[in-house]
Amino acid sequence: MKERKEFVGGIWQTEINVRDFIQNNYTPYEGSGDFLEEPTAKTQKVWNRCVELLMEERKKGGVLDVETKRVSGICNFLPGYIDKENEVIVGLQTDEPLKRIVNLYGGMRMAQQCLDKYGYVLDADVHSHFAQYRKTHNDGVFDAYPSEVRAARKAGLLTGLPDAYGRGRIIGDYRRVSLYGTQRLIEEKKRDLKNLDGDMTDSVIRLREEISTQIRALGDIERMADSYGIDIRKPAVSAKEAVQNLYMAYLAGIKENNGAATSIGRTSTFLDIYIQRDLDAGIITEAEAQELIDQLIIKLRLVRHLRTPEYNELFGGDPTWVTESVGGMSLDGRPLVTKNSFRYLHTLINLGTSPEPNLTVLWDENLPKQFKQYCADISIQTDSIQYENDMVMRPLYGDDYAIACCVSAMRVGKQMQFFGARCNIAKSLLYAINGGVDEISGAHVVPGVEPITDEVLSFDKVWANYEKVLEYVAGMYVKANNIIHYMHDKYAYEASQLALHDTDPEKLMAFGIAGLSVAADSLSAIKYAKVRPIRSEDGIAVDYETVGEFPQYGNDDDRVDTLAVDVVTKFITELKKHKLYRDAKHTLSALTITSNVMYGKKTGSTPCGRKVGEPLAPGANPMHGRDKSGALASLNSVAKIPYKGVCQDGVSNTFSIVPEALGKNNAQRVENLVNILDGYFDQGAQHLNVNVLNREMLIEAYENPDKYPMLTIRVSGYAVNFHRLSKEQQREVISRTFHERV
Amino acid sequence: MAQGRILSIESMGLVDGPGVRTVVFFQGCSLRCLFCHNPDSWAKEGGELIASDVLLKKLLRFKPYYKRSGGGVTFSGGEPLLQKDFLLDMLSLCKKNNIHTCLDTAGAGVGGYDEILSLCDLVLYDVKAIDSAGYEKMCRAKMEETQRFLEALKRIRPETVVRQVVVPGINDSDEYMKNLKIYIDKNIPFASSVELLAYHRMGEYKYHKLGIRPALGDTEEMDKAKAEKLWQKYFGDYKNPAVQANDDLGKLREGTDV
Repeated sequence: MKERKEFVGGIWQTEINVRDFIQNNYTPYEGSGDFLEEPTAKTQKVWNRCVELLMEERKKGGVLDVETKRVSGICNFLPGYIDKENEVIVGLQTDEPLKRIVNLYGGMRMAQQCLDKYGYVLDADVHSHFAQYRKTHNDGVFDAYPSEVRAARKAGLLTGLPDAYGRGRIIGDYRRVSLYGTQRLIEEKKRDLKNLDGDMTDSVIRLREEISTQIRALGDIERMADSYGIDIRKPAVSAKEAVQNLYMAYLAGIKENNGAATSIGRTSTFLDIYIQRDLDAGIITEAEAQELIDQLIIKLRLVRHLRTPEYNELFGGDPTWVTESVGGMSLDGRPLVTKNSFRYLHTLINLGTSPEPNLTVLWDENLPKQFKQYCADISIQTDSIQYENDMVMRPLYGDDYAIACCVSAMRVGKQMQFFGARCNIAKSLLYAINGGVDEISGAHVVPGVEPITDEVLSFDKVWANYEKVLEYVAGMYVKANNIIHYMHDKYAYEASQLALHDTDPEKLMAFGIAGLSVAADSLSAIKYAKVRPIRSEDGIAVDYETVGEFPQYGNDDDRVDTLAVDVVTKFITELKKHKLYRDAKHTLSALTITSNVMYGKKTGSTPCGRKVGEPLAPGANPMHGRDKSGALASLNSVAKIPYKGVCQDGVSNTFSIVPEALGKNNAQRVENLVNILDGYFDQGAQHLNVNVLNREMLIEAYENPDKYPMLTIRVSGYAVNFHRLSKEQQREVISRTFHERV
Repeated sequence: MAQGRILSIESMGLVDGPGVRTVVFFQGCSLRCLFCHNPDSWAKEGGELIASDVLLKKLLRFKPYYKRSGGGVTFSGGEPLLQKDFLLDMLSLCKKNNIHTCLDTAGAGVGGYDEILSLCDLVLYDVKAIDSAGYEKMCRAKMEETQRFLEALKRIRPETVVRQVVVPGINDSDEYMKNLKIYIDKNIPFASSVELLAYHRMGEYKYHKLGIRPALGDTEEMDKAKAEKLWQKYFGDYKNPAVQANDDLGKLREGTDV
């Protein structure tokens, strides 16, 4: 056995700077996946046990067990194991695998609903003490919400706001624990606290309190790791320590918080440095290297949170968005692809397909060719990868950003996001026609807009009203989010995750829209065809008779695609007119997850021909069946939605194709998929989910779920086990455009 | 600028010619092939009217996909040759704009073939039958026109792929394949490959929609494995790298476009 070589030094030694460490020490890899190894016997034993547990979980209706005697917290649970002697990487959220945590900080009522649904009862003392002595995030938010926000929530204009559960989308730089050890991190935080002096304004006081909370959290992480016999105080030396310590840091975050999306960040190339060093020194073999990654990924596959039925209706499939960003390029032009990038993707082969972790490949035309081909091949085999365009994100976020949730980029440890869910801009258009009156409930939701009473709708009049509605919605939406994040910081602060950020990181407030394609198509119908509203006795337009042809979004037709661009541009412009909590920066996404089904339920008939209650299209996707010129025309339409400065929180697009249409054989399919990705991203598009599967197979899985227990598909921004979706969500997925040409 | 009638555009054609291709389906065809799965392309007056510069603009949008994959545009149909002026216009516009062109044809047009073929980068020539009796039965039209086209093909000799749809009970015999090979060796020895396309019934719904009775009635789909065997036996030595990579689907395309 040889000595490990010293790491190359740099500014990472004098300041907390993981990027600098990576840049000075990583080994780009341009070869193929031929070096990859199969899972070890230990890994197989651990994973086989997990497969049994996952089966039990499914049989029990989705929740295996709940810890009812303790509440969330970094140090609140005894250590837990799957199969102790075969676990190379240890650590579970609670003392048993898949046993879920009750988090009361978001809101008591929500937690109670979750427990009721699955037949659990919270320990009486815990319940009474918490209720008596602790105010929750949800309590705070509703103390402050104005009536207009409540009305918008009720109408389904705003949905999924993180006002009763963890906001998530905060990515701690978990690598810092491996690289520096917690002692050094605590020292740095203490220095920051000392330096933060001067006038004790609100913001200075708040930050001082937060830093102190973070320091305590770092101590808690140490103690939690101690309970597993892991010391994280000092920098990791071996590859195994690097993986283990990083995971301990992540684990603290998911014990403490139940954020909707809890990405792990961008860890593969960082860990490769330790793995490559141990491989070079003959300390580990490739099989052992793969074992470390397989076992880390197993842990990430077991992450669970307790969710309400309403939550599941919005975000189907029990997702956790343990997103890991793989690949991308360095600012100096070297690919950030290492052997470990392959190892992460290879877990989909070693352990089988899986929706989590949400493996996200950061694409650049100049990525090594064999890596691109490997990704495409794994995509075709597993439908478990999403692709995002490093070429548009790198100029804005540098080369050490990661994706939170589905499409949201942020610099790791240097930026954080205030997640703002989304608003329904299809419904907003109906408000423009009906003078702010809800087409379903009849409630007056948007003030100051006159109803349009014309027999045939005029585009100019509708657009003028639509602008007014969007102006109002933007203002109201900002109010809601400012309140939410003020209260979240106050009552449900993510101390362990924010301890792994720079002190006072830059904040991004991420707004979102649902119904982009329906809004664009409806505007197009009004502009290019004749749209006659059908009004109820109360004079509310509840349906539309549309006569004549009109261009539809998804066919690369500028006449309608520019309308979609106008809508997002108008909306972000209006959002930016309002000041944000903690001087956050405004961003916007066209991303729905599976909430497009719920949003559709709450949206009346639209001028484009969609009927009341029917789903909206997901994300920035064209409406089902309306993209009639084939897949690339559809991609070209979506690629027009501007990212930089407009939809800078992401433009989600899901693409499903039958294998036969992708090419005659696997080699051609791989080649074609690589070319499609290159072509799509070359136009500045941001995100693409890829599914290569048959509609018939989905129908069969819908009818016989037991036949396809592990079937994974990509939906708006994430992957899910098909069987975990509600029947309604499954039907919607099946109805979506499949690109198939005979 | 010439105007053309278009049935539809498929922006992601990955199985009709090399690379990622835009397939433009021309409206109108004078043949009535028994196995046709695009009866909606027959009528010469239907479709959408489009000017060549507008179509070119659409195609240029797909250049990011063409440039890496060696793809381009495939003019299919219907029978693209019937709209001679429009086709010529499109071919020369594509040439000027460095778009690789592929003509998917049965050779049943209205002349001007030399000029057209000299502008094509690749021709997919659909041989329907090898003698006039068989042709008339299969296409319900005379063979003279495609023979005129074949003469032009021999003169210009563009890169050519020969295609034949195989229908059970009509042309799936060893005898037919033997004669087809002789026919191709004699007339199109420069063909870079021969593809056998197994007859399928996936276009049947279009007949029902149009209220036309499918000419082949209840004829079964062609067994792909059998077609693959025939291909191996008779045309496996027509080597074309584009179709050589061995595959799980067989060296067959499902169906044809004419």
